[in-house]
Amino acid sequence: MSLWLTKTRTIGGYNLIKKIICNNIRLNPYQPTASSSSPFHSLLDNSSNGNSVNFVSRYLNLCRSSYTAALGDRNYSSLRAGEQILSSSEEEEDDDHGEYSFEENQVMDFPGGKIGYTSNLNFLPGSPEKRVQCYRVLDENGFTISSNISKLVSKELALKMYSGMVTLNTMDKFFYEAQRQGRLSFYLTSFGEEAINLASAAALSFDDIVLAQYREPGILLWRGFTMQDFANQCLGNNAGHGKGRQMPIHYGSKNLNFITISSPLTTQLPQAVGMAYSLKMDKKDSCVVAFFGDGSASEGDFHAALNFAAVMDAPVVFFCRNNGWAISTPVTEQFRSDGIVVKGQAYGIPSIRVDGNDALAVYNAVRSAREKAISEQRPILIEAMTYRVSHHSTSDDSTKYRPIDEIEHWKTTHSPITRLRKWVERKGWWSDKEESMLHVEAKKQVKQAIDEAEKEEMPPLRDMFTDVYEELPSNLKEQETVLRETIQRHPKDFPNNIY
Amino acid sequence: MLGILRQKVGGATGLSSQGLGNHMLRLRPVTSALRNYSSATKEMTVRDALNSALDEEMAADPNVFVMGEEVGEYQGAYKITKGLLDKYGPERVVDTPITEAGFAGIGVGAAYHGLRPVIEFMTFNFSMQAIDHIINSAAKSNYMSAGKINVPIVFRGPNGPAAGVGAQHSQCYGGWYGSVPGLKVLVPYSSEDARGLLKSAIRDPDPVVFLENELLYGESFPVSAEVLDSSFCLPIGKAKIEREGKDVTITAFSKMVGYALKAAEILEKEGINAEVINLRSIRPLDRATINASVRKTNRLVTVEEGFPQHGIGAEICASVVEDSFGYLDAPVERIAGADVPTPYAANLERMAFPQIEDIVRAAKRVCYRSAPISATAS
Repeated sequence: MSLWLTKTRTIGGYNLIKKIICNNIRLNPYQPTASSSSPFHSLLDNSSNGNSVNFVSRYLNLCRSSYTAALGDRNYSSLRAGEQILSSSEEEEDDDHGEYSFEENQVMDFPGGKIGYTSNLNFLPGSPEKRVQCYRVLDENGFTISSNISKLVSKELALKMYSGMVTLNTMDKFFYEAQRQGRLSFYLTSFGEEAINLASAAALSFDDIVLAQYREPGILLWRGFTMQDFANQCLGNNAGHGKGRQMPIHYGSKNLNFITISSPLTTQLPQAVGMAYSLKMDKKDSCVVAFFGDGSASEGDFHAALNFAAVMDAPVVFFCRNNGWAISTPVTEQFRSDGIVVKGQAYGIPSIRVDGNDALAVYNAVRSAREKAISEQRPILIEAMTYRVSHHSTSDDSTKYRPIDEIEHWKTTHSPITRLRKWVERKGWWSDKEESMLHVEAKKQVKQAIDEAEKEEMPPLRDMFTDVYEELPSNLKEQETVLRETIQRHPKDFPNNIY
Repeated sequence: MLGILRQKVGGATGLSSQGLGNHMLRLRPVTSALRNYSSATKEMTVRDALNSALDEEMAADPNVFVMGEEVGEYQGAYKITKGLLDKYGPERVVDTPITEAGFAGIGVGAAYHGLRPVIEFMTFNFSMQAIDHIINSAAKSNYMSAGKINVPIVFRGPNGPAAGVGAQHSQCYGGWYGSVPGLKVLVPYSSEDARGLLKSAIRDPDPVVFLENELLYGESFPVSAEVLDSSFCLPIGKAKIEREGKDVTITAFSKMVGYALKAAEILEKEGINAEVINLRSIRPLDRATINASVRKTNRLVTVEEGFPQHGIGAEICASVVEDSFGYLDAPVERIAGADVPTPYAANLERMAFPQIEDIVRAAKRVCYRSAPISATAS
């Protein structure tokens, strides 16, 4: 919190001194731990400064720092600037080069920490020569790359992940078709991102709170949301968790620690930081995980959230699904940086880029990020590289803005499902028979779920008015009464599934 | 019910010690204010009222925390949060980077998880940078999550014009937030209002937008022992009749209540007995009290500082026309700020906001007394 002290404002002398004392006590990583706070000690202390340094220049520097102090310089950390110039110039034993070598190794104690100088007029490049590398465990054919992989998953976990991926894929296929047939009004698929969905869920604990964007229903699937739950929400019937309030795919589950999906993009990121702050105050052994896409990272909320999380030391894992497309906007038009991973570093957050189509890599990365976030109480950023095989949603036809063979290529050659299957098959954990059984079962469940959901009742009229506030206010009670009377008097003007 | 103040302060002619910034009329000595109260009462500024309310609520509930720009080390941009950092520490009084969208979103997230944040906007003009979080995240969450996620958050800060701060620091947001279902919008006037309503807002399970007024912060009002008690709360959604009358109803909120009371004194001398209603709450709007008053007086003048179109006066007028049309003896008069971005120059700024004289003339007009409509009244 002391970082903001350096804004200019009138601070009385008393407060200034109090802050100096307080700041020495709080271990602020950006403040130098000076051995003494008085400039006079450095003048007299020969042992730290070396005997060969010119006493006169030391004295002059002391005067300079005292002068700035006398001016009431509120940036008290630069009171130590004088000392710093001295302490780094002590290494220059021979003064034959005069003022040139004296300047070279200078370090200035700016607000925020020490910064060294250079005489090279070099700009940091906008993009690095080499892009940040991608962490992966399995190659395209499902072989482990490094022979000494420390963490591999157990058979049980691997098969649960794999069958979850296949189930998600099947559910998406059928629900998409159902929308095309007019049984659903809207749907959004996660084709190509099944590994991200299931592997990240597998790496988290059920106590970790998830704030997703909308392409992460696999997490709910992993945690126990049934096919029927999905279907009920999408059809907006009375059996669904949502009382028919939200449009399809806006799932949520308090029990499963999955916050209800919200349409405005990226709003879930600062909210995640707020939740993590709350968790921190409760000292829980869990973290918050916020998912978002490459396009979402352009919103203002992304920057506010990452900056804030770093400053507040909030235990959040920010998980970016960089799938190359934001509806029709490719990443080349979304940002000019090397993806999202470098933005994490820009905010002071440890970040990693991972192969999003490699389930084992995603699992390892999330597992590790989660541990780090909780033990070190700080945010972590993961950027998972993948491809959005889906159209953005049922309202989109992506063949209009990208070539069909590009989609096909990613769908087949880089399918995360195929890759993991090859690995589990080679391990002897899976066979064709089990594969076909899984597909049959998943198909059956999905079909049944949609059929059942359609037969369910729609929500009652009362649910139009409840939950606006915690308690039903009198004006809404009145409105409902008046509405029911109107329906009774004019039944022809209203549909007959209102009750 | 201990702590809930009665609606009507019978016979009280209002609080005479409301020095109002640069629109001063003579100040009556303090003793005359005390004449109407049975025992000696303390005086308290609105600033201290808000500060004490925050302090007490933070002491009572460890989940309450304050967040905003300059609320901690600086003691608050308007010193409302003075002393809280020292008392409760940086975990509960959080100084933020400059990002309204950021800290509003973070507050909403914290509220999702059960904390009770009090988010301060330096002025509600800056809340526009965070308005998506206030409306789409805070207001609608309980409904959209089918009652599973409630958001017990309070957004507070100065609203409306101050003095000489120009267009981007002077807008009133009562109409904007007042139209959103899921929010509660409160507009305190006196110290009693400030204390009681802020305590209720913090204890409320729904998101509350708490619109204060910068010029009222320094105003002193008498407060009774009941008001000073730490359990004192005012009900949300109930207006207060500051001054009873029988000839014309004047509704107002925030600083305009003071102006309306002054106008009522002037009207009294001319034989018009005005009833002044302090709305206290824009959402829910106390339509019952307003309509009951209009049915008694048969005439209505609404006063607000915000822009006229889609403002509070428009809503009150519609409500009265819907519920009490037959009782109206004259068309409703709406007094509002001028329909222009607020100019800076002092002479122009004075013309851009309602003055006491405007209220007096409007009241006379509805009473069919001769007071021609001047170019400046809206």
